[in-house]
Amino acid sequence: MVRALGWLSAIFLGVGLIMAFGVAPRESTQGNVQRIMYVHPPLAWVAYVAFAVVAAASIVYLVRRRPAADRLAHASAEVGVIFTGLAIATGSIWGKPTWGTWWTWDARLTSVAILFVMYVGYLLLRDTIDDRERAARYCAVLGIVAALDMPLVHFSVYWWRTLHQPPSLMKPGGFSGSPAILWPLLVNLVAFTLLYAYLVAKRARLLGAARGALA
Amino acid sequence: MTFARRALVVAWKDLLVERRSKETLNALLFFSLLLLFIFQFALGPDRERLAGVLPGVLWLGFILSALLALGRTFLLEREHDCWEGLLLAPGDKSAIYLGKLAANLALMAVVETLVLGLFVIFFDIDLGRAFPGLALVVALGTLGLGAVGTLFAAMTAHVRAREVLFPVLLLPVQIPVLLATVKATEALLLGEPLGAVAHWMKLLAAADVIYVVIGLLTFDAVLEG
Amino acid sequence: MTTEPVIRLGDVRKAFGDQPVLDGVSLEVRRGEAVALLGGNGAGKTTLLKIVATVLRPTSGHVVVAGHDAVRDAEAVRRQIGFAGHGTWVYDDLTATENLRFWATLGGRAPSDAELSAALVAVDLERTASARVRTFSAGMKRRLSLARLTLFQPAVLLLDEPFGGLDQRARKWLEGQLETFKSRGGALLMVTHSFGRELGIADRIAILAGGRIALDTLRGGLDPDDVQRLYAAHAEEGA
Repeated sequence: MVRALGWLSAIFLGVGLIMAFGVAPRESTQGNVQRIMYVHPPLAWVAYVAFAVVAAASIVYLVRRRPAADRLAHASAEVGVIFTGLAIATGSIWGKPTWGTWWTWDARLTSVAILFVMYVGYLLLRDTIDDRERAARYCAVLGIVAALDMPLVHFSVYWWRTLHQPPSLMKPGGFSGSPAILWPLLVNLVAFTLLYAYLVAKRARLLGAARGALA
Repeated sequence: MTFARRALVVAWKDLLVERRSKETLNALLFFSLLLLFIFQFALGPDRERLAGVLPGVLWLGFILSALLALGRTFLLEREHDCWEGLLLAPGDKSAIYLGKLAANLALMAVVETLVLGLFVIFFDIDLGRAFPGLALVVALGTLGLGAVGTLFAAMTAHVRAREVLFPVLLLPVQIPVLLATVKATEALLLGEPLGAVAHWMKLLAAADVIYVVIGLLTFDAVLEG
Repeated sequence: MTTEPVIRLGDVRKAFGDQPVLDGVSLEVRRGEAVALLGGNGAGKTTLLKIVATVLRPTSGHVVVAGHDAVRDAEAVRRQIGFAGHGTWVYDDLTATENLRFWATLGGRAPSDAELSAALVAVDLERTASARVRTFSAGMKRRLSLARLTLFQPAVLLLDEPFGGLDQRARKWLEGQLETFKSRGGALLMVTHSFGRELGIADRIAILAGGRIALDTLRGGLDPDDVQRLYAAHAEEGA
């Protein structure tokens, strides 16, 4: 089952990347760097999905104290932080030639950056507590607080950036919705989601094995 | 009601200990004073420039003081196994959370009043009509800080790197509160009516409700050893 | 008179990380009975007591106290037990009376001044009722924590070396209190290090060694030398 997931994600990823970097038409104003926009939104999407999974698994763990729920939360956080980092990186790489700067306090980028920091905090907390059971419990609480905080972050950052100045600079690479652009995006979206699921499944299994009989 | 009585006795205990030992409050007050100096030196004597960043600086002051005050919430319980006592006392543990939160809010109220007063004096601010609105913003923002801070203080109480981990966990979560309070303060100090910052106030209120409810629901799990 | 045990431990195991401390402990304490738990340093006596008190969770096994599962129903257990561990649960900057008032109120009671005063009189602390606990000796703090226990009427008492640091008079008082407690049907589980007079209150002794109960026997008829011999025989084995 997990292996099938792996193969499926590899296939989709292969197709998606070829479509993004090979087949899709070259954008007129931004050039080839715009192709990153086929990859960046899917990465950001997974970053948020991964955190939602952390939150859901955390709630399940607190209510039912199932070790499997904790492993899922842990694995999702570890995989999620990587995707979030990549989302920020790809956003930056796109931003440099487009805006002339590596970083801008654009609402969306800022929100993802804050998400990244929440992930790191979660993983730090896990690392610092030796008692496995307590670490699971405390991380579950943190996961829930952080997740419920994200909507507040989203709104506050958006208002912060847009209420006194013109709407956000970042338009998603000028998508017009034409099929030539939509398909690579969708394929990559599915691909990255599958890849996330595959990595989390593998990681959760690894965590379970590491804990041995106590799991 | 027993719940209220238990919450009150926790707050009473904390405030009584604080009044007698004077450990936290005096240091906090002095720290706030010090911050004012540091800000002056760091930001330069240029009045115009300062006026622009005043709301941010004010809330930086509040947050830094809050980090110190909140981080120490459960320090007392580390002596003589009192934490164990809190855990074994039969009854709803969220009463303990509320009591601790109430004591923290009282402490922070004292500090913030002083800081605000000093700001008005040092930076020659005319609060005037803005005061009621400002008081509301400060109250809502402090409640947000306190609600999560009290919970996280319990979480980091037994952890090795407590002094570092506590701010690291608290600050990202408090970004919405920081943005809302600074923006609202900014607008109010410029003379705008409270209605102009209604959306920020609603955000603060929503945040406060969310944080307190989570605190009440999860404190059990955190107190548990 | 029911013979259903008030405390029932079945195959309790506890490991801290990879370190096993308890490796299959089974023990019972009945109504009106006092069991003394003996064992060498690091044998896990305090850990076991804390598990019964719901301070710690066992890694596996079942723990039933006063009819409630200590893991799933910890709050119900806490309402029935009185616990005095190594820590005395005192706040140094409060007075003796204020300390008692705090713990009584947090425990759901609303004690009168007379009650608090009586509790302090019982442990011979009434003269220092308004003194800050910071000025107390270790023995006085220990007596204060015992006074705390008298404010409640638990069905089970879990005590970790309760006679430690007490003078002659306090010891006699405690013995009397525990006898009364037993006669009213209370169950007592007591961790102790000494084989002397303190064991007088115990109906049974259990020796913890190698993570298990190595010996569980009636105390009646055993004098301190006998206990010493049994201890030497069992406590060291498997350790």
